[in-house]
Amino acid sequence: MIDAPTLLLVASTIRFATPLALAALGELVGERAGVLNVGIEGMMLAGALAAFEVGCATGSVTLALAAAVAAACALALLFAAFALYRQADPIVSGTAVNILALGATGSVFRLLHPAGTALGRAPQLGEVAPGVNGFTALALCLAVAVALFLGRTRFGLALRAVGERAEAADAQGISVVRVRFAATLFGGACAGVAGAALVLWLSDAFVEGMTSGRGFIALALVLFGGYREWRILAGAVLFGAASALQFRLQAAGSALPYTLLLMTPYVLTLLVLALFAGRSRAPADLARPFHARG
Amino acid sequence: MTWPRQLLQSVAAAAVAIAVAGVALALLGADPLRALGALVGGAFGDSLALETTAVRAGPLLLVGLGVALSFRCGIWNIGGEGQLNGGALAATALVTRGLGPEPGVVALPLALLAGALAGAAWAALAALLRIHRGVSEVLSTILLNFIAALLVAWAVHGPLQEASGAYPQSDAFPDAARLALLPGMSRAHVGLVLAAALPFALWVFLFRSAAGLRLRAVGFSPDAARYAAVSPERETLRVLVISGALAGLAGALEVTGVTGRLFENLGSGYGFTAIAVALLARLHPIGVLPAAVVFAALAAGSGAMQRAAAVPSVVVQVIEALVIFFSVGFALPRRGGG
Repeated sequence: MIDAPTLLLVASTIRFATPLALAALGELVGERAGVLNVGIEGMMLAGALAAFEVGCATGSVTLALAAAVAAACALALLFAAFALYRQADPIVSGTAVNILALGATGSVFRLLHPAGTALGRAPQLGEVAPGVNGFTALALCLAVAVALFLGRTRFGLALRAVGERAEAADAQGISVVRVRFAATLFGGACAGVAGAALVLWLSDAFVEGMTSGRGFIALALVLFGGYREWRILAGAVLFGAASALQFRLQAAGSALPYTLLLMTPYVLTLLVLALFAGRSRAPADLARPFHARG
Repeated sequence: MTWPRQLLQSVAAAAVAIAVAGVALALLGADPLRALGALVGGAFGDSLALETTAVRAGPLLLVGLGVALSFRCGIWNIGGEGQLNGGALAATALVTRGLGPEPGVVALPLALLAGALAGAAWAALAALLRIHRGVSEVLSTILLNFIAALLVAWAVHGPLQEASGAYPQSDAFPDAARLALLPGMSRAHVGLVLAAALPFALWVFLFRSAAGLRLRAVGFSPDAARYAAVSPERETLRVLVISGALAGLAGALEVTGVTGRLFENLGSGYGFTAIAVALLARLHPIGVLPAAVVFAALAAGSGAMQRAAAVPSVVVQVIEALVIFFSVGFALPRRGGG
């Protein structure tokens, strides 16, 4: 038997890892189709606020989750409209999504809850075992589904073709923009679920900017995982463990100041990128706009 | 495109962004016209409002210039915020811990230099990661933003905290390390004159010097630049160093000219707003000057707007994002096109 403190650490590792895995797997599908979406941070944040507001208003986890997916997909639509249909630069468009999400969630939250009014608590998705609930199951299923879809289906092959050689895919009669659009929406939906997990599971409140870089860490995980589902999951667990340990040290009254401990995920991400980013081969047409002939 | 057309498009992008935000506010039950009135009053209504707008424009101008320069060269420096924090931190460390209580006339130039160097070093880290380890500067500069903000938090809770230990902030700077106010002004400091001169200096550098031509060449086509014996790697480092130095200088100007001490969230939002500034300026150094004033006015007026019309000040970020969308989505010439 493992002892109680270890079990707690494992559970908290899974809790931190799951939202990262969900967001990263969604981003993976987008990137394999050639869409670099740096706006998933903002889509997670929008998902978190939507889940909080709808969850508080209805008390239903399911409705909260649906609202989170809808809010994140709305931002994904906006991103797609500019990055895919207007051929605006994807990095600038994604950054604009992030700024928009920060401003819009902040404005809506402050308008709905003026200073001094009591905040409700979002309904929680319970755990069947420490660290195990619907979100964990969803992340695992998503990894299996994405692996099967990309590797074993005709649609997955078409999607990868669009990411590797958009021109060639186009010549084969695949609608590049439509595939990328679908992949972007899927990535947005996953980011929305990841954001919902933050308020329906990891905490029961919404705080402005509460994603605190998780979307960017998820982006880094795709690179760290070398565009492979299982290595992305492993990376998410590594980051989950780092976060869990860091909070454990804080709670134990470590000699290190908490500000330095809070730095761990970001420094670890940079280190991991420095070690692995150069080695993973990105889809050849990643972030390259496609101009349909017509 | 000729510049009057670019100017027209920028004005249209800003106007449409403000109109869309107004409609959204009306849908949420606020009074957008009253909010706009309060905002304009808060930004330009009296001399103090005007000075506040000018003071806010300074850092936006400097960070925005750095963003414009790097984006023009195809380098996505999203790290203005972190570089500004790094500059403010270095300047504060030097002034409150390195120079003693009577620092003399060298204090100010040294503090500004320390800020620019620290900002440059922070950005150079991202450049080296990209050149030697293949790490996209988009991710590294964003991650370095988080790290810099936490470094400032650590410093003002720890080694740089004021002697009394009352608040998480540094000691107040001695007078010798404070920038003088402009004659007859109560907030606007002489650093703003330096900031306002820099767009012209950068314009000369970019469009009238061989080094500037090399930078722009990399932006047009890294491969073509390589054939012309221009090393994209070296230019990447150079662009990020200049861009980071500008943001670091902004941080140093903020602590020496405005706050007189370091605390958390000093540069809150300047880094992201600067991206909107640069894009509204169509990445042109001279255009950054009016664009910085536009966003400084939004920031300066947002407090008054919140008080008078109960519209949250963060709505300004929505306007920033919309300006970015409208600037890149509708106005830039589209390549190819079949």
